[in-house]
Amino acid sequence: MTIDSGVDTLLAKYQGRGREALLPVLWDVQGAFGSISPEHVHRISHLLRVPEADIFGVIGFYSLFHDEPTGRRIVRVCTDPTCALAGADEVLHELCERLDIREGQMTLDGEYTVEHSPCLGLCDFAPAALASARGEADVALPNVSLNRLLDEWNGDYFQPAGDRSSVLLKPTLKDAPEMLVEYGDYQSLRRAIQDVRPETVIAEVEASGLIGRGGAAFPTGLKWKFTRGAPSDIKYVVCNADESEPGTFKDRVLMEHRPHLLLEGIALAAYAVGTDKAIVFIRGEYPKATAILAAAIQEAEAAGLLGDAIMGSDFALDIELRRGAGAYICGEETALFEAVEGKRGFPRMKPPYPTTFGLFGQPTAVNNVETLCAVPSIIDRGPDWFKGIGTDGSAGPKLVSVSGHVGQPGVYEIEPGITLRHFLDQVCGGVIGELQAVLMGGAAGTFLKPEDIDVRLTFEDLRAVGSTFGSGAIMVFNQTTDLRDVLKRLGRFFQHESCGKCFPCQLGTQRQVEILERLDAPNAGDAERLMDIGLTMTEASICGLGHTAGIAVMSAIEKFPELFQANGIQHG
Amino acid sequence: MVSNMAEDSIKLSLDGEDIEVARGATLLDAAEQAGIDIPVICYHEATSPNGLCRICVVDVDGGRVLQPACVAECQADSKVETRNERVERSRRTILEMLNASVNLAEAPEIQEMIADYAADEARFPDANLREHTLIDDNPFYIRDYEQCVLCWRCVQVCAEDAQFTFALTLKNRGHDTSVATAFDISMTESPCVFCGQCVGVCPTGALKPKVQWGLEQGWGADEMRQKTRRGRKRNPEKTDGE
Repeated sequence: MTIDSGVDTLLAKYQGRGREALLPVLWDVQGAFGSISPEHVHRISHLLRVPEADIFGVIGFYSLFHDEPTGRRIVRVCTDPTCALAGADEVLHELCERLDIREGQMTLDGEYTVEHSPCLGLCDFAPAALASARGEADVALPNVSLNRLLDEWNGDYFQPAGDRSSVLLKPTLKDAPEMLVEYGDYQSLRRAIQDVRPETVIAEVEASGLIGRGGAAFPTGLKWKFTRGAPSDIKYVVCNADESEPGTFKDRVLMEHRPHLLLEGIALAAYAVGTDKAIVFIRGEYPKATAILAAAIQEAEAAGLLGDAIMGSDFALDIELRRGAGAYICGEETALFEAVEGKRGFPRMKPPYPTTFGLFGQPTAVNNVETLCAVPSIIDRGPDWFKGIGTDGSAGPKLVSVSGHVGQPGVYEIEPGITLRHFLDQVCGGVIGELQAVLMGGAAGTFLKPEDIDVRLTFEDLRAVGSTFGSGAIMVFNQTTDLRDVLKRLGRFFQHESCGKCFPCQLGTQRQVEILERLDAPNAGDAERLMDIGLTMTEASICGLGHTAGIAVMSAIEKFPELFQANGIQHG
Repeated sequence: MVSNMAEDSIKLSLDGEDIEVARGATLLDAAEQAGIDIPVICYHEATSPNGLCRICVVDVDGGRVLQPACVAECQADSKVETRNERVERSRRTILEMLNASVNLAEAPEIQEMIADYAADEARFPDANLREHTLIDDNPFYIRDYEQCVLCWRCVQVCAEDAQFTFALTLKNRGHDTSVATAFDISMTESPCVFCGQCVGVCPTGALKPKVQWGLEQGWGADEMRQKTRRGRKRNPEKTDGE
């Protein structure tokens, strides 16, 4: 069998690389050929010296890679809760009907493959889709309809975010992204390199009270201190841009609006921990943010703000963009490392922790996009200024992503301490209709009822009422929403995204969705089954995905027990 | 214990008993030393522990999450309960969920655990059993993945834990995961060297020697000889084109 010589040309640039190049190679082959064939795998195996079985296993792990032929155009419509409220199921159904295929199939003429997708992080432009045309860059499509999916694809969207008091967001942006000329030439990094020792940068970040914005809320300065202090000549900074929590899109907006803010934050982190190598791992569903970041890195390197001898100093930094391929689990930091290393994205056992044994086994500081974006202003204005915003336990400005039944879905920068009620009524345009429930913290978060929304939006207040800030997602459902349908979609999400490594999560997410699918006519004892599943996943799973995969369901059992009874109220 | 151990040993409480163990010992080591039985499924002394079946979880200091005894190291002055209500709930629920996905008929050790933890074998009605067709593609062993619990041992011994053959991988993700060759090619087309180590470490009936399987099927001597020697190339010239 001969293969299009294109593949050799395509792979030539990877000569001499090893397994770590596997995901980039698979992306190139997938992009050019629409799928990855046994012959491709054979070539890649020799090129990177990775067993063919391992490559096959990696392809099967990531949803955006295919080992079966696909259509010249692939359309993936998001069917998670927010897009479902906006009619995603209907759009998907109409598209399949028009093309005369079932979901997951390819048209006879080989032109289209249609699939559903987990949350694409475009909840402010629901319903959304991710589209791929053979040989072209992927496009994230906002506000899709049947016609928009069949016409020439248009991935243009922009919504201003922030207000006069914003630090992270910039309301004056008329069109994304902010270029270097508007952003400025990395003044905080300049100050750090010229006047401040790395230890002092860490001390300032520690003193600011900044805690991680990705969901785990770990003190950022402490993480950097551990990484800097770890005994190794090779260290890494990794920016976790694998934002995939349903209802969460703040990191996407930050990257699309303010790429240089993130790059300067990464540079400060690298300077602080002492490394010249940083990697941004960005989810494969974010093609626009990926292109914007790539262009910003080039712009900054050309201006001498990144690369060798930054600002004439002996500090150098190479920032590499790595694209995920459809796996929520890779937002878990150790699974992310595995993905960068060219493996299936399985979370590792901890300890050892990333600060001593991270990417390629080296000390690694891994931080969320929003966390890193907070750093330049801390260095610029000082830790006291940062600490002065918000509360003692939740210092600094915080982004939230709000979606569902509100007047203006989008990303908002809030001062922690305002109540959820104030936020809903006064900030994001009010609840449309009568509030039924808020899912706070994303798919791994908890439900709040209308009487619960006087809670203050801080890490500590939300924790005290058994909820979580999580990734900052706020999904709002009015009285027309079928909460059972929402629960089914959450169940499907976790069933689809469990990596399958540990038994509690692999089996628990499956058993959970089986029960949720029959929620309209539940069996006796289903609520108890769900509690046993949820508690077992929470207490016995390996990683954060498993620990939280039953949280929303268990909170629904507590807040809306009638949903789990055979004669419960039927909605919609 | 004698006091000269102090430098290299630590003390902890295990099910109410104070014990002293070597520094670096796992909780499973400690339990063994104390004569306490902790069930394991994926753990095998010949393979790298991945702590993935979680049947060995124990309660350390009433922490937020339970700890896998096979990999978690003993912490000085900790208080460990190897079998309390939380531990039992997790073990029982894992067994009930596993039984709903996998045919455990030929996994006697797991059957014992099901009895010990009073796991209800019908706890999850209408669950999706993982369905696989039995694979009989070589003269040496059969693969019946309906009996596979995904302990990973076979994949591990085929790779860096023993043979470095890399014939096996994990296919798909989550509950849909299965052990497979690249693109599901037959074992004879794969790099498999038929070392048999995968069969040796399988804790269920998922991997079974062909002869054993044949005996179960009631094969006679002639049939057995024929079916377990197919494909052998005693004289390569003559078998060409087969």
